[in-house]
Amino acid sequence: MGEVNQPDLIELTEGVRYIPGASALLGPLNKLVNWGRAGSIWPVTFGLACCAIEMMDAGASTNDLDRFGILFRASPRQADCMVVAGTLTKKMAPVLRRVYDQMPEPRYVLAMGSCACSGGIFETYAVTQGVDQIIPVDVYVPGCPPRPEALLEGFLKLQEKIRKEQFRWSQWR
Amino acid sequence: MEPMAIVDRLRAEFGDEILQSYTNQGQVAVILRPGRIVEILRWLRDSDDLRFDHLRSLCGVDNSRRKEPGLSRFEVVYNLYSIPRRHEIRLRAPVGDTDPAIDSVVSLWSGANWLERETYDLMGIRFNHHPDLRRVLLPEDWQGHPLRKEYPLRGKEEWVGMTDLLAKIKELNQHGFDPAGQAHGQSQGQAKEEKS
Repeated sequence: MGEVNQPDLIELTEGVRYIPGASALLGPLNKLVNWGRAGSIWPVTFGLACCAIEMMDAGASTNDLDRFGILFRASPRQADCMVVAGTLTKKMAPVLRRVYDQMPEPRYVLAMGSCACSGGIFETYAVTQGVDQIIPVDVYVPGCPPRPEALLEGFLKLQEKIRKEQFRWSQWR
Repeated sequence: MEPMAIVDRLRAEFGDEILQSYTNQGQVAVILRPGRIVEILRWLRDSDDLRFDHLRSLCGVDNSRRKEPGLSRFEVVYNLYSIPRRHEIRLRAPVGDTDPAIDSVVSLWSGANWLERETYDLMGIRFNHHPDLRRVLLPEDWQGHPLRKEYPLRGKEEWVGMTDLLAKIKELNQHGFDPAGQAHGQSQGQAKEEKS
């Protein structure tokens, strides 16, 4: 047998290669799926307080979350990540859970700000002491409020986490 | 009109109702009996030389930790402003120690509706003849009035809606996508503890 004509494969990320002439991707299915997911995180916004202003700022032109494939969605049914930005009161907690329950799997949660992480300065009768009481949280971004760069870092950490996942495809995998 | 002139007008009209008047940092305050509050406020609103057409704020006060003697435990404070005459006044009405109540002024300013509901919600002061005296900030099945001084900061007991929600979440997690919570690193900590 002669030598197989090896085209110049372009490595998109670790383990995922692109065959230019054939317009095809080559790699383990696990890595292909994770590459696709990490490059298109669509968060549903859950802005509750001043952190939401920083979240908007992170999406605007200077920091520009779009360049990471992060597009804010207004509906949980079109989203695969939720950014909880701000103080979650107990009265709001059932609403948060209801929005989270409407998101399709796989879903991720990013808790933004001290209040979302732990209740922050509001150690009071009316505020939940961290949204992880209500929903499972993947990435915590501390700060009061966190700068847009910090939120960006949180998303990069989430991408890192998604790339390491193994066979998280469906409930009936 | 000069601030003290307003008090003089008030004193001439409702002399028996006024307990005290004073000036603090250029602002005049009058302490009134609560019994005829609606009548007095209507007179302040409708008199041609006063015309207090704007209710700036309405709130409750819990005096139980104040040092001054002779204070009623609860007070309702009205801040009035006259847009055409550009003068202002603060009225304080002591409403008693237990089961505080005063007549509603929604009939004079409809903006008082939610202010009175908030005062009822957080301070527990009832407003007689209010059209819709429900809680406005806290959930409707909340127990207690948090801005009272004896209310602990973290609350006495958990709100029933929250305990229901936490129980529901526990149940949902058993049937969910990730019952062990492995995707979120929740079970890892427990596993480490078991090993050590």
